[in-house]
Amino acid sequence: MSMKKISKNQPVNFEFNEENKILSKKIISNYPTGRQKSAVMALLYIAQRQNNNWIPLSAMKYIANFLNISYIKVYEVATFYSMYNLAPVGKYFIQVCTTTPCMIRGAYKLVEACREKISKEENKISFTSDCSWMEVECLGACVNAPMVQINEDYYEDLSKEKMIKILDKINKDEKIYPGSYRGRKNSEPENGRKTLIKN
Amino acid sequence: MLKIKVNDTEIEVEDGLTVLQACEQAGAEIPRFCYHEKLSIAGNCRMCLVEMEKSPKPIASCAMPVTNGMNIKTNTPLVEKARKGVMEFLLANHPLDCPVCDQGGECDLQDQSMFYGIDKSRYKENKRYVPEKYMGPLIKTQMTRCIHCTRCIRFAEEIAGIDELGAIGRGEEMQITTYLEKSMQSELSANVIDLCPVGALTSKPYVFEARPWELKKTETIDVMDAIGSNIRVDTYGWEVKRVLPRINEEINEEWISDKTRYSCDGLKKQRIDTPLIKENNIYKKIEWEKALNIVAEKIKNTLPEKIAGLTGDLTNMETLFIVKEFFEKTIKSKNLDCRAENTYVNTENRKNYIFNTPLNKIEESDLILLIGTNPRFEGTILNLRILKAYRKNKTKIYSFGDIGELTYPYEVIENKTDIIKKIIEEKHNLSEIIKNAKKPIIILGQSVLKIKSSKYIFNEFKRFLEKNNKINNDWQSLNIFSNNASTVGAYDLDLINPDNSENFTLKSIKNNEFDIIFLFGQDNLKFIKKNEFIIYVGSHGDKGAEFADLVLPGSAYTEQDGYFTNLEGKIQKAYKASYPPGEAKEDWKIVNELANLIKRKKLFNDKNELNESMINYLKSKKVKVSRNSEKNEFVSEEILVEDIDYYYSNVISRASTTMTQCRNEKLNLKKNGTEG
Repeated sequence: MSMKKISKNQPVNFEFNEENKILSKKIISNYPTGRQKSAVMALLYIAQRQNNNWIPLSAMKYIANFLNISYIKVYEVATFYSMYNLAPVGKYFIQVCTTTPCMIRGAYKLVEACREKISKEENKISFTSDCSWMEVECLGACVNAPMVQINEDYYEDLSKEKMIKILDKINKDEKIYPGSYRGRKNSEPENGRKTLIKN
Repeated sequence: MLKIKVNDTEIEVEDGLTVLQACEQAGAEIPRFCYHEKLSIAGNCRMCLVEMEKSPKPIASCAMPVTNGMNIKTNTPLVEKARKGVMEFLLANHPLDCPVCDQGGECDLQDQSMFYGIDKSRYKENKRYVPEKYMGPLIKTQMTRCIHCTRCIRFAEEIAGIDELGAIGRGEEMQITTYLEKSMQSELSANVIDLCPVGALTSKPYVFEARPWELKKTETIDVMDAIGSNIRVDTYGWEVKRVLPRINEEINEEWISDKTRYSCDGLKKQRIDTPLIKENNIYKKIEWEKALNIVAEKIKNTLPEKIAGLTGDLTNMETLFIVKEFFEKTIKSKNLDCRAENTYVNTENRKNYIFNTPLNKIEESDLILLIGTNPRFEGTILNLRILKAYRKNKTKIYSFGDIGELTYPYEVIENKTDIIKKIIEEKHNLSEIIKNAKKPIIILGQSVLKIKSSKYIFNEFKRFLEKNNKINNDWQSLNIFSNNASTVGAYDLDLINPDNSENFTLKSIKNNEFDIIFLFGQDNLKFIKKNEFIIYVGSHGDKGAEFADLVLPGSAYTEQDGYFTNLEGKIQKAYKASYPPGEAKEDWKIVNELANLIKRKKLFNDKNELNESMINYLKSKKVKVSRNSEKNEFVSEEILVEDIDYYYSNVISRASTTMTQCRNEKLNLKKNGTEG
């Protein structure tokens, strides 16, 4: 994992919308007095959701002022966790898991597909559609390896061909379906269910 | 008390210690990088591993509290192996650039790798590279060398009080930086250089200047502010290469301000190295003999009442004393003062002009009231103690007027003298708060002592505190915050008008009543010159030398032995680390020779005689009769805290390039705002 790059094009201002203001106040109230700054992670996530899935510096400052902590403390947290994006990502944000189980099952084929269909480099928004990809560490779906996460959903049991099909659909902005692409339900065994079968 | 065994020797240690501290008490040295006794415990370097009975793995001794019956072993093969392993990991990414690293020779990693390092590396992988970070004009970074001990981060947050350093990224990619590489704001920022156990943070002005073993080390006292921080001056030949802090728990602990540390390059610049005389508005070099003869002639031809003298901010006590003797015995003039401004001082009792609360007891206080002072810029080390008090007891801090960021929160009171009057007359809610406080500290700054009602404020406030038993043998709550190194010493030696309330010498100077004015290192005098013959004795060509008719080259604080009394009244000796440049002489010698020329008799035969009579004078000082009957005039006015040009507060720092850089950095920041 390499250091996350911070976008050069930063919006000047950031402020929570009304809905998120209420939400963030509710989250902060969950913490005991004097420990409000612990809400920083939740607030960063709210900011990320509000701002097209990435956190600008102005949002970090806003959160720092919101929680009355220094900028560097928010910045530390935002750079530490890999799931905070510090530069703009596509409308379809594809995270390809390349940790060992997925890698063994051919995750790098999926990376190849991404390179062909989206962009040669990670974290670059494609020209054809509003889409970007990046390699990530384990997403916890090793049983269904290899897999990718597109926005909020998991797409599992993939191969290069299947991945290309998904990406083609994305490029045409067609609807795609999450879940296993080999027809199995959840994380059931390879050749159908063998235990807990109803008599 | 807890009983533990360290390397089979039984010792008793206090409750609440860590294993590392206990081992240290038992005499077993433990290597460490991240642990520092003044900072919180991080436990991330793992160098301090020791073996504990019943523990399957070695433990990090810095983070493990002592419990009864522990059996610690620090010299077993297991411990050695564990530490070697840790060292190998630390060195995996640490570059082998000791020959070009400024930390070389005083590097913890270098020293400890002599014990625990392996001569060959088992790693074939490339070492990590981390780009350099900008941290301001004082700190040079070479972050590839960083071992992630986080001492600097903890220092900025806990001691300096400005949370501006942090670790971004994680794992191998973790990097120490300020927010978006802004320069550090704190006046204590350069202490991270001393804290850094490796060469990641080194001194920018000192870069590639010298190796530690080439330098002559002199333990001395700082004069940049009235705190009297204990320092070590490192010299290479004549040049002062750097200034480092020396541990003194009672004064500066082990920190010094950036001004103390980096003004030293001002000792090489703007120096007066030969006597100068002004002819047709141009300074010309003249010989010492001629220069002194001119002064002697002038003095002989002038009435004593027409001669005045002012001493400066950085003058040591020997010079102050000999100047006093010179004025009293040789010239027989009374017009000598140490104040270049109309500062009120009550010298009846020593307690009236010193900082009565010992610096190391400030942290015990439960109420601090700042009147007309900005401790962050007037005494950075004192500000650090107030922060400590705030962190420790949640001390309530009040300030008259908004004085900007102080690194701790404070409540602003309207900056009117009327409020003080109300407090004294018990018509303000603060009077109750002061009465209820167990250990209140009231700090009167120089700004409040310069206003018209300063006499009223001081005397009435003192009376109010005495009445409420806040000034007693256990706790002295009223404190005067002096700004200059020589102030308290000069008051001790009575270099002021006999009548305390007004600075008559200064008044007469401003009315152009004198024919000759001596300025002994005094650069803050503001007046319109007419026909006076001004003689400046000092080290730097600055404001004082600018309007002088005759300039005599003196020495700076590193070039002569001299006593200084700090703001709490502690007398400390500064030692000679270097020698004066060119033809410059030690200040006391100049005055002595002048006296010899005028009266054909030296004031003192040698320095020892001078020291002895000065000490005798201090010892035989009597408490003066109090004149409480005098009326204290009250004027309703605003207390405005003077805007202190922190990096330009005295001749040495004004001559320093490093201080100019710091100042520009701060000015730029003010212009562009704090946010980037």
